[in-house]
Amino acid sequence: MGQVPTAPPPTLTGTGVSPGIGYGPARVLVLDVPEPEAGARHDGDARAERERAEWALEQVAADLEARGARVGGEAEQVLHAQAMMARDPELATRTGELIDRGVAAPRAVFAAFGTYRGLLAAAGGYLGERVADLDDVRDRVIALLTGRPLPGAAEFAAAGSGMGVTTPFVLVARDLAPADTALLSPDAVAAFVTEQGGPTSHTAILARSLGVPAVVGCTGATAIPPGVPLLVDGAGGSVRLSPPAHEVARARRVARAGRAVLPAVSSTQVSGSHLFRRGMTADGHAVPLLANIGGPRDVESALAYGAEGVGLFRTEFLFLGRAAAPSVAEQAEAYRAVFEAFPGDRVVVRTLDAGADKPLAFLPPSGVEPNPALGERGLRLLRRHRDVMNVQLAALAAAATKTSAKAQVMAPMVATAEEAEWFALACRTAGLASPGIMIEVPAAALRAADLIGAVDFLSIGTNDLTQYALAADRQVGSVAGLQDPWHPAVLDLVAATASAASGAGKGCGVCGEAAADPVLACVFVGMGVTSLSMAAPALPAVRAALIRHALAQCAAAASAARSARSAVDARAAAEAALSRT
Amino acid sequence: MAERKVTVTSEVGLHARPAATFVQTAAKAPFDVMIAKVDGPPVNAKSILAVLSLDVEQGDFIVVSAEGEGADELLDQLVEIVSAP
Repeated sequence: MGQVPTAPPPTLTGTGVSPGIGYGPARVLVLDVPEPEAGARHDGDARAERERAEWALEQVAADLEARGARVGGEAEQVLHAQAMMARDPELATRTGELIDRGVAAPRAVFAAFGTYRGLLAAAGGYLGERVADLDDVRDRVIALLTGRPLPGAAEFAAAGSGMGVTTPFVLVARDLAPADTALLSPDAVAAFVTEQGGPTSHTAILARSLGVPAVVGCTGATAIPPGVPLLVDGAGGSVRLSPPAHEVARARRVARAGRAVLPAVSSTQVSGSHLFRRGMTADGHAVPLLANIGGPRDVESALAYGAEGVGLFRTEFLFLGRAAAPSVAEQAEAYRAVFEAFPGDRVVVRTLDAGADKPLAFLPPSGVEPNPALGERGLRLLRRHRDVMNVQLAALAAAATKTSAKAQVMAPMVATAEEAEWFALACRTAGLASPGIMIEVPAAALRAADLIGAVDFLSIGTNDLTQYALAADRQVGSVAGLQDPWHPAVLDLVAATASAASGAGKGCGVCGEAAADPVLACVFVGMGVTSLSMAAPALPAVRAALIRHALAQCAAAASAARSARSAVDARAAAEAALSRT
Repeated sequence: MAERKVTVTSEVGLHARPAATFVQTAAKAPFDVMIAKVDGPPVNAKSILAVLSLDVEQGDFIVVSAEGEGADELLDQLVEIVSAP
């Protein structure tokens, strides 16, 4: 908390996780407002100090309410509840009492909030999650009283609505939570830069799916003064402060040239027919190339990049920031909007994947989880909250009947054959004919032959599979080095899964971020993976890589990679095998 | 002093939306309105933070009380809010 910002060097570096060049003024999310000094006294005029505190509380309440009205929907309810906290009469009384005893307004506000903070945190569950809301209100009030810039939700609101944003900005933060970023509009954000996170963090995934350049793990980023123009290279990982105009122009030129190359490659390889959009190897082995989407807003980008369907439709956007699950009708409408964009194509919908790093207020786990990645998440949580799953399945069944898309459903975080059977039965009971499961748990990968009997297809989630295989938390930057899907252990698990699926005559896709790596995509196909799904902007490069290599060459690359002893060697071996002609 | 004792049937207890509605309704009264869990100390029903901190869940038994002109009507409204499914 509260270090004095020093001028950052002209270029910061992190990990580029979403390619492209972004340029715009920095908008820095200051999530930490320093704790007002314990012993701070006011100058003796208690009445004036009380008025100052009351003014700040009311300002914050009015601001939260105004932004709520602008955003609407469930977000409005959350902001409205926060406004009520700022206007709380008991809070005002406690603050006033402290000020009467000589305590300075910022410290009095801090202490008054602290009482309730402790009570809510002790209650845990839903109330425990409100602590973050309460802290946000507290920090806003203290920021106002101490003349600091307000914490960042204004940026989110502006970015979500597009209102008040004339120049796209670079959003700089310590980290971005899924609930925050769910409202962002790609038109308002030129790039993301975060201090924490790795290649599979939520920021990275969100940025790739929006097609917004992003750099994560960028130390010192939040010390960048607000408004400073930033040039962000989402491939190379550099963040240039106040670059001269000719540098910006050159970077943009290079980015444009890079974009122009890939479609040119694939269109000359498969001359001019509609086959341009179909993924296949050089010898004509078809590998459908699908898009990962986070909601109807990603459909346009998926179509523009030639997706042959959707391999992973994340449904969390419908549930985030809400006090209760959305109705059948509301869900069905959102699903239908996506189905209708892909007539005749596959659209694989993943049921709600809550828990761990994506907690939801109305789906509390049964107890405290010291290690949430290994706790009640995905299907485990849905088994405790069957009503939520049944409503979602009913909505999917309703949406699927009125479309020509091949709608399929899959469950996240399946570990055992019994879980696979339970989910398949629930789907079939709801009228969904083609259930599938995700393979993210090493146990499920190793025993995929036991799980596949109950379902129609498997889909490998490489991010979680890597996290669990290497015991390296996706959210912890310091173990990001282990988060490498090229690790031969991960490749073995993918191969075991693909081989079990092919033995049963069923499909096995990969829908993790690893499928977006053109070389790894060839390796997966060589192992027998039947479809690849990724953030839409990655599709052209993967399509171009596949069409240059025959299936046998991909198989040789897979075999070479699995013979290596490290991730680095595996990649080098695969690249060597693919470059042989 | 008017008083109502009631079992909370709202699915989410006195959290989330019911809590907000409850507090907003109480706040309209020109007199004090209190809420308590059975055997617990009464707290200000106009305070969202106090009401949330009570941690009232579905099935909990609560006491709401008020004194003043219109207290009975107000308490009936509050009972209705916590009794909604």
